[in-house]
Amino acid sequence: MNARKKRRLYLFAACAIGVGSATALSLSAFSSTLTYFLSPRDVAAKDPAPGVSFRLGGIVQVGTVTTTVSGGTPTTSFRVTDGQASIPVTFSGVLPDLFREGQGVVAIGSMTSNNTFNAEEVLAKHGASYMPKDVEQALKDAGKWNPKYGPPPAASTWNTMQVKSTSS
Amino acid sequence: MEHNASEEHQFVIPELGHFALALAVALAFAQGVIGIFAPGLRDTRAMRAAPALALCHFLAIGAAFLGLIYAGVVSDFTVENVADFSSSLVPLIYRISGTWGNHDGSMILWCFILSLCGATVASFGGNLPAGLRARVLGVLGLVSGGFLLFTLCVSDPFTRLWPPPLDGAGVNPILQDPGLAFHPPVLYTGYVGFSVAFAFAIAALIEGRIDAAWGRWVRPWALVSWCFLTSGIALGSWWSYYTLGWGGYWFWDPVENAALLPWLTGTALLHCAIVVEKREALKAWTVLLAIATFSLSLSGTFLVRSGILNSVHSFAAAPDQGLFILALLGITIGGSLLLFAIRAPVLAATGMYAPVSRESALVLNNIFLCSIAAVVFTGTLYPPFANLLFGIQLSVGAPFFNQTVLPLTAPLIVAMAVGPLLAWKRAALAPALGRLGLAAGVAAIVFLVIAANRHIIAALGLAGGIWVVGAALTDLADRTRLFRVSPAASLARLVALPRAAIGATLGHIGFGVMVLGIAGMTLATQKVIVMQPGQSTELGGYIWTLNDIHDAPGPNYSQRVADISIANSHGIFLTLHPSRRFFSAQKTITNDAAINTNGFQDIYAVFADEPPGSGGAELRLNRHPLAPEIWFGGLIMALGGGISLSDRRLRVGAPSRVKKPAGAVA
Repeated sequence: MNARKKRRLYLFAACAIGVGSATALSLSAFSSTLTYFLSPRDVAAKDPAPGVSFRLGGIVQVGTVTTTVSGGTPTTSFRVTDGQASIPVTFSGVLPDLFREGQGVVAIGSMTSNNTFNAEEVLAKHGASYMPKDVEQALKDAGKWNPKYGPPPAASTWNTMQVKSTSS
Repeated sequence: MEHNASEEHQFVIPELGHFALALAVALAFAQGVIGIFAPGLRDTRAMRAAPALALCHFLAIGAAFLGLIYAGVVSDFTVENVADFSSSLVPLIYRISGTWGNHDGSMILWCFILSLCGATVASFGGNLPAGLRARVLGVLGLVSGGFLLFTLCVSDPFTRLWPPPLDGAGVNPILQDPGLAFHPPVLYTGYVGFSVAFAFAIAALIEGRIDAAWGRWVRPWALVSWCFLTSGIALGSWWSYYTLGWGGYWFWDPVENAALLPWLTGTALLHCAIVVEKREALKAWTVLLAIATFSLSLSGTFLVRSGILNSVHSFAAAPDQGLFILALLGITIGGSLLLFAIRAPVLAATGMYAPVSRESALVLNNIFLCSIAAVVFTGTLYPPFANLLFGIQLSVGAPFFNQTVLPLTAPLIVAMAVGPLLAWKRAALAPALGRLGLAAGVAAIVFLVIAANRHIIAALGLAGGIWVVGAALTDLADRTRLFRVSPAASLARLVALPRAAIGATLGHIGFGVMVLGIAGMTLATQKVIVMQPGQSTELGGYIWTLNDIHDAPGPNYSQRVADISIANSHGIFLTLHPSRRFFSAQKTITNDAAINTNGFQDIYAVFADEPPGSGGAELRLNRHPLAPEIWFGGLIMALGGGISLSDRRLRVGAPSRVKKPAGAVA
């Protein structure tokens, strides 16, 4: 084997180790850390098992945010809605600056045994008029919003809104 | 608003800016076509026209950009961009920075920096062969033309609004921060700077020739962009650390990953361009890295905007513009990769090296950096593609990246200490390792001490950081013969060292310091607590007391301030004033964190809320050991790049090409 061939062999071996370990690490990490994104409607339909971590995305339902303090630790509870279903959420910690009623929110955590979502982290979306894509889709699917007729209805009205039945 | 003759004039400026933008599109395409085809036709007059066109193109975009800034400064609300993202109440600096703090305006900034790069190549590229310079400018012109056309047609920042509103909607309060005013220009300069390395790569592929001189021309460009990208990422991370009030510095958000990816491949490019320059090996790989780095920069800037990557902090999703952007990205990236596939076999390596040598060490560096880039790329793009292909919504968060990136960084850290001690062509590993005995010993002691307290991850990180810094310092000490000759003689040797060597050493030290900071942050302690004025709590060995909550005035907001005093065993040594700011214009509340740093530790307090009925304040208290080192490390890295850039070799005597014997030209 001449020097050039040998060098190429080393190079290939090194690359193979690099690529191989990257692939192996990615696959193992994918299998253990991938979290699904569910809207309140998905949660109601699929009923995820308690303790399984996922992301809950939707709008903070208006009039549901309450904070209680016990032993110096504040706990905030609120409901997240997509206009189809609404899920109670509890969170202990500092809420982001942009967290407000009627605004888009993504909470990371898992369901507890009493059907409450326990959030470990809450992210609020930047931008005042942001609406999560799936919430937008859910509103359209439910016939509660048609973009042709202007901006989406106020989040506070979603759950009580009357929808004319359509046959689509 | 009273109208008089001079005020009437101001409304014409955006129209002139708009015209200048249209002119720039035409000039950019002319520069592109003439630059690329003139050398093939051997038309020397056309080749000389390319630099002139590049300068005109730069002036035209400069005029458009100034026009937009002017509209922002005088608060001309007939321009939709100003009405939507500025306000007459906003301080001057944010009226200016608001110009690029939104999608359309940032496009202009992007194109402006690209044309600035072109103008720099045109002005300072006098030592380049005329044909290569024309082709480089041609490639830059075509890229610029494409994105200018996009700006003009789809995302026009000069769109008028009539009737104008009385006042603008204002700048998002979170963006009203000096750190963020300068973050986009710095980051964009980093992104766009790699376009020059890209243009050199494409020009070399067209010419079918790469030699040591090419490596020497490309390296300063890659280095400048890398410095800016490093500073830009560090600035952004620092901004999110002190503004967002989460106390975190890196969230593995798609936008952050988009900046990290070109940084990783750009770092690889920086290292393997050395091999081209010194040893004329790894040529095709270097070209591929240049293409990849700029492609990732482009994707980083635009995939985020196209609405494909949905992120926590992408500021303007505009899905209707997505298709145009995707087409532009496809043409640029696909075209250059196709050209590479056709022409790469022409670029034969000439330099030979043994498996243990500086070249091999640099190859190893490239393999690790690219593996990390591949993993980050997969993690960032898998969710949107899974959504597109299978219709499932899932997310890949910090745990994925921690589990994949950290194991790949560990061998990089081990290897990067040894690499610089190896000789070119053929080296011996044992003596190099022998010289690192001291660094290894100190690192091992630190590991054992920290690991004894059951902080294994922190111990590994701190030991790694010390190992890298120690190895770099050892190398420097050896080169200056420190302690073996008199200190004055050592100093003289240090000054006489090539700047590039000092820069490289500083770069490695900076990385080591950053690793120390990241490792230190894993030891952070924090607490969320509701306290009444007068109450105290214990955290991280300190007593934190809430003294008072009171109102305070602000320029365009009102605020509530909490006074917190922090005491150690010797008494109160610090008072912090975190505040909650109420921006009435946007009906927004921001938490302004109070941070005290002594260079080795941050004491960080956030006034998060005033829970109704409790009469107290909800506070988030953090103690962050070694946090400042994260940004000092970034700064040192960028500084190392800057020093390396000032090396004589790069400034003067950029060499003329070695004449190849007749008949050997491909």
